[in-house]
Amino acid sequence: MIFLRKLAALLVTAFAHTTTYRAEMVLWALSGSMPIILMGVWFQAAQGGRLEYSPLEMVRYFVAVLVIRQMTFVWVIWEFEESVVRGRLSHDLLRPIDPVWHYLANHFAERIARFPAVLALVFLCFWLYPGSAFFPGWVVMGQAAALILGTFVTRFALQYTLATVCFYNERASSLESLSFIAYTFLSGMLAPLDLYPPIVQQVAAWTPFPYLIFAPARLLIGEEVDVVGAFQVMGAWTLGMIVLQRWAWRKGLSRYSAMGA
Amino acid sequence: MLSVSDLGKTYRVADKQPGLKGSLQHLFRRRYRDIAAVTGVNFTVEPGEFVGFLGANGAGKTTTLKMLSGLIRPSSGRAMVMGYEPFAREHAFLKQITLVMGQKQQLIWDLPALDSLRINGAVYELSASEARQRIGELGEMLDANHLLTQPVRKLSLGERMKCELLAALLHRPSVLFLDEPTLGLDINAQESIRSFLKRYNQRYGATVLLTSHYMADITALCSRVLVVHEGRLVYDGALSSLAERLTPNRVIELRLTEPVADETLRSFGHVLARDGASVSLVVDRALLRQTIARIFEELKPSDLNVHEPAIETVIGPLLRGERLVRPAQSAEGPSAGASSPRRPDTGTS
Repeated sequence: MIFLRKLAALLVTAFAHTTTYRAEMVLWALSGSMPIILMGVWFQAAQGGRLEYSPLEMVRYFVAVLVIRQMTFVWVIWEFEESVVRGRLSHDLLRPIDPVWHYLANHFAERIARFPAVLALVFLCFWLYPGSAFFPGWVVMGQAAALILGTFVTRFALQYTLATVCFYNERASSLESLSFIAYTFLSGMLAPLDLYPPIVQQVAAWTPFPYLIFAPARLLIGEEVDVVGAFQVMGAWTLGMIVLQRWAWRKGLSRYSAMGA
Repeated sequence: MLSVSDLGKTYRVADKQPGLKGSLQHLFRRRYRDIAAVTGVNFTVEPGEFVGFLGANGAGKTTTLKMLSGLIRPSSGRAMVMGYEPFAREHAFLKQITLVMGQKQQLIWDLPALDSLRINGAVYELSASEARQRIGELGEMLDANHLLTQPVRKLSLGERMKCELLAALLHRPSVLFLDEPTLGLDINAQESIRSFLKRYNQRYGATVLLTSHYMADITALCSRVLVVHEGRLVYDGALSSLAERLTPNRVIELRLTEPVADETLRSFGHVLARDGASVSLVVDRALLRQTIARIFEELKPSDLNVHEPAIETVIGPLLRGERLVRPAQSAEGPSAGASSPRRPDTGTS
């Protein structure tokens, strides 16, 4: 109960902080509209009839990608890097609560604040492509929401683990840039993964990336997805990352010099 | 309450030469060197003590505070604060300490201070009514209640520091580590913070370790001082004894009854100031008695006063790193007269 009170205070304050700059909030949502551009490209390509997806299915897939990207966007590595370099982490370390809850609260608050802008973008897509509007049903929506939450947690765990490299090299975000290439290519953000050559699909299956966009997107557009299997894979990756992060955190803190503080 | 034995911290820093050659060398063959920020420091602090931590920039004050608050791990030795090892950062320990850094803020820049206080209240497990009561009480002591609903970025530096202190003390810590809390503040704001700290220490019996470059902070608040120089503790004792140790001189102020040449005055000691008939002379303490006798005999002053040099003028050069203080070698060591079991680091000369 006490812990929930702490989380609620962090979340409420983070929401107040996020909503201080309204224009910035909308601009951040728009900056994640790459799926709308890809939607146009793949809509045209699908009109040739040689793809497994119809043009409208392609639009729906990228609408799902848009929602998933917006709801699972993670920036903890940049926030953490700045905290370490500027010594702001010191204040977080001296509070009787793990700093991760502070970062998580910031992410959740931003998500809540961004949601109306995301809905507006979804309706814009439906308006741009008449006949593309769809509703997968409440059960699927519930499953997809849970999967997207899992996706966010996995993505956060991956990035937060990379962020601990800041204790050894202050520019850990360059690692995230590298990892983002793999994420972009293997997650289904550029195109549905089942359009990729089989060898790429096999390689992707060994990574957590297909579960971060492709799996929840297929679920949202009404395709069959092994939801339990997806949770198991993401859970295993997340658990592995948490163990690694905790180990790196303990080691890294010994090197922390509280610069600038 | 607080004990430090043989505490040391060594940082490894990259060593880079300027220019293109230095950049290329740094790219392909990076060199590092170890810098001993703190070496073999020993001291203890008793509950309720208000201790000043003095030294030039880079002397090791802030590094020591960081180790005591648990932010960084000591390279050697041991620190214990209220029975806790600081670096373990147990929640029970964190709930009893605070670290205020004059050049760093914990308040959220874009929001009113009350939002940050709401987080602190919850994180330190205060009930809503308890948090409200403490905010009101501390806000009144700091005269800051009217500032709490304004965005922090709109506050002046002094107002911000008041709110920072409120946030740092909301959980009513027993041990306060204050690193330059009055840095950059105007005289009024400095005075206000000083007076608050004094009242807080008296009201709650908190133990305080304070670093400051403003001598007024030290003289107003601290009866005991620790002096660090190049990472080593070189003095631990009463502030008044420090002045005595730093300068073996006394100042004689006299009022002349007839004109006297500067050259004649210089035969008595160093002429610190002269304004008409008023003269200030600096005289070696060992020669004080005979110098006074000579002055009465040869100059026949209408008035004569003897006092110690102002602490500011004595310690100022030390804080600027211009002067090294050496530990006392005499039986009247720096801790003489102190009731606590503190001891100077005599192995550091």
